[in-house]
Amino acid sequence: MNVTLFIPCFIDSIYPRVGISMVRILEKLGHRVEVPMELNCCGQPGFNSGCWAEARLVAEKVVARLRNAEVVVIASGSCGAMLKVFYKELFAGTPLEADAKVLSTKCYEFSDFLVSKLGVTDLGARFPHKVTFHDGCHGLRELGIKQPPRQLLAKVQGLELVEMSEAETCCGFGGTFAAKFPMISTAMGEVKCASACDTKADYIVSNDASCLMHIQGLIDRQGKPIRTISLAEVLASE
Amino acid sequence: MSGFATQFKSNAQRVTGDLKHRDLIQSALRKYDVVRTKTASTFQDWQAARRTASSIKWDAINHLDKHLEQLVGKLEARGTVVHWASTGVQARKIILDIIAEKKARSIIKSKAMTAEEIHLNEAMEKAGYEVVESDLGEFIVQLRKEPPYHIVFPAMHLSRDDISELFTKELGSAPTREPEELTMIARRVLRSKYITADIGITGANFAIAETGMISITENEGNARLTAALPRTMITLVGIEKVLPRLGDLALFLPMLATAGTGQALTCYNSMYGGPRQADECDGPDEWHVVLLDNHRTELLANAEQRDALHCIRCGACLNVCPIYKNIGGHTYGTTYQGPIGSVITPHLRGLQNWKHLSFASSLCGACTETCPVKIDLHHHLLQNRRNAAAEKPVWWEKIAFKGFAFVANRRWAWRWGIRIGSWLQPLHPLVKGTRLDPMRPWTKTREFPPLAKETFKDYWKKRNDRA
Repeated sequence: MNVTLFIPCFIDSIYPRVGISMVRILEKLGHRVEVPMELNCCGQPGFNSGCWAEARLVAEKVVARLRNAEVVVIASGSCGAMLKVFYKELFAGTPLEADAKVLSTKCYEFSDFLVSKLGVTDLGARFPHKVTFHDGCHGLRELGIKQPPRQLLAKVQGLELVEMSEAETCCGFGGTFAAKFPMISTAMGEVKCASACDTKADYIVSNDASCLMHIQGLIDRQGKPIRTISLAEVLASE
Repeated sequence: MSGFATQFKSNAQRVTGDLKHRDLIQSALRKYDVVRTKTASTFQDWQAARRTASSIKWDAINHLDKHLEQLVGKLEARGTVVHWASTGVQARKIILDIIAEKKARSIIKSKAMTAEEIHLNEAMEKAGYEVVESDLGEFIVQLRKEPPYHIVFPAMHLSRDDISELFTKELGSAPTREPEELTMIARRVLRSKYITADIGITGANFAIAETGMISITENEGNARLTAALPRTMITLVGIEKVLPRLGDLALFLPMLATAGTGQALTCYNSMYGGPRQADECDGPDEWHVVLLDNHRTELLANAEQRDALHCIRCGACLNVCPIYKNIGGHTYGTTYQGPIGSVITPHLRGLQNWKHLSFASSLCGACTETCPVKIDLHHHLLQNRRNAAAEKPVWWEKIAFKGFAFVANRRWAWRWGIRIGSWLQPLHPLVKGTRLDPMRPWTKTREFPPLAKETFKDYWKKRNDRA
């Protein structure tokens, strides 16, 4: 299959390892990976700030560039929700509405693509650690992805998954929300970290590196005894 | 920023740092979550129940004109006096006029968020009447001269010790930590008020169009005493409370109880069909039902957010909201707190003054997932943001996002942006956390990760160049 991999801004600039792991996994499974070099962002920051016209300036380019893609795999649940769910609203009543609807049908978040589209769960990975999984809200509630990451983790050798009580509770990132209401965002992050630490896991794993950026930022400041790692990196571990 | 937004931020700053408050609310709502989940699982199919409830409310709201006419016709047929109030001011005047006409002095009231919405208590007290809240939680916050902290649990922010201290100070009772004793202290005060009150004021959970009945749900029995003992009864109802058929309650009563408190059914569910009839031995001599619009019809005209009128005020969206759990009810500064409050307050009290509530959300969607009548809550927050920005653009944000689009849409600009950022980042510790730090909102409490030495695109280009 020809897979177009959409690399969000923070994966490109902060967590390239997440994207590299995805490329390795997809190629190992025999797919041809293409990365549109001219796409850097899905437009969500503007969209969530109410600046839809400005968000469209970014999103138009995404829709146009991905028009001929066979399938689009997005390296984040949140950006995945933007492309799959919110573009339809962003472009409602505009000439790109139909394109946005077609694009929506071709978009997959990474773990969902592996499990639901390809039917693969065992990637031969090995990660001998105790982990807990954080459900990113957009992946969980906009895209309905709950089981695929867990099905993938279940097949990782040596890995023990311990669910935390607040697995489905927001980590408090929320994009621009984290900067506009830092006190609320931080308190939410602290609740999340406390719940994760209660499991005594070595790692918090998530299919959304943007949540992990927030959680790791708090962990580093507060010196918590836990680390974060993306699902793709776990799945690419040998 | 509106004064309300500034107040909100400063309250949020204070409350989120109060770890005692955090523990109290988080642990109370964790218990709710367990009980609610358990009770919802006793439904044959909770998700199907939500869909049915949503479609019944859709019918009720989209044919509100017909249902209201039917409701009023049935109410009047049994001798109830119905009043239509377009605004809070009108509703207050209607109620104050009834009180004056009856030459009443003391008023007993059961829990009604609509009364909070129109600031009825203040109006009655200002006019010189004694008003006593008969719901225990409301009674407690009334003694503290505070608004309710939560639409269902008005005093959930208080511990037993707080309540004991309050009763000792205000009612002269002996200190106690026993919930039963605290309840008895309040009961002794309230019982005498029921007997002497001239007027009882209630809210409504549902208004049944088919039979012309008002349904009131409660756990303490105070609402039925409020309705039954005084000679005049006044019921204030938001027009969105209509349900088409009596049979709809078979779903809505257990659903409200489950979503609201995790109970299978609330302890007391009463139906009021009219004042005392000729052949009846009890009930009020007169019953006035005040139907309140107060911007609800404007929301009705808004096709995108009309479903916000489905709300049955169960409070479930507050209970699961991580924002509510961390900032608490009073921080909102609104009658209706939590996600539903953030959605409807801009419609009730002005978008520009209250838009900050729609921005104060991570858009996690836990509210929408839990809402028993399937209101698209967190997407409405996004729409409020869009509408607020379109109505009154924030110029610097527009410029910033235009600039961002310019950079994000050009490969060279993006590459240089990251390169310059990574050159500047080693200098960041010089200003980190200070007022000169452009990242201060983040770095005050969190570390920011280092930008990658080699970006993904660098890696990809190198790889392709090699190939």
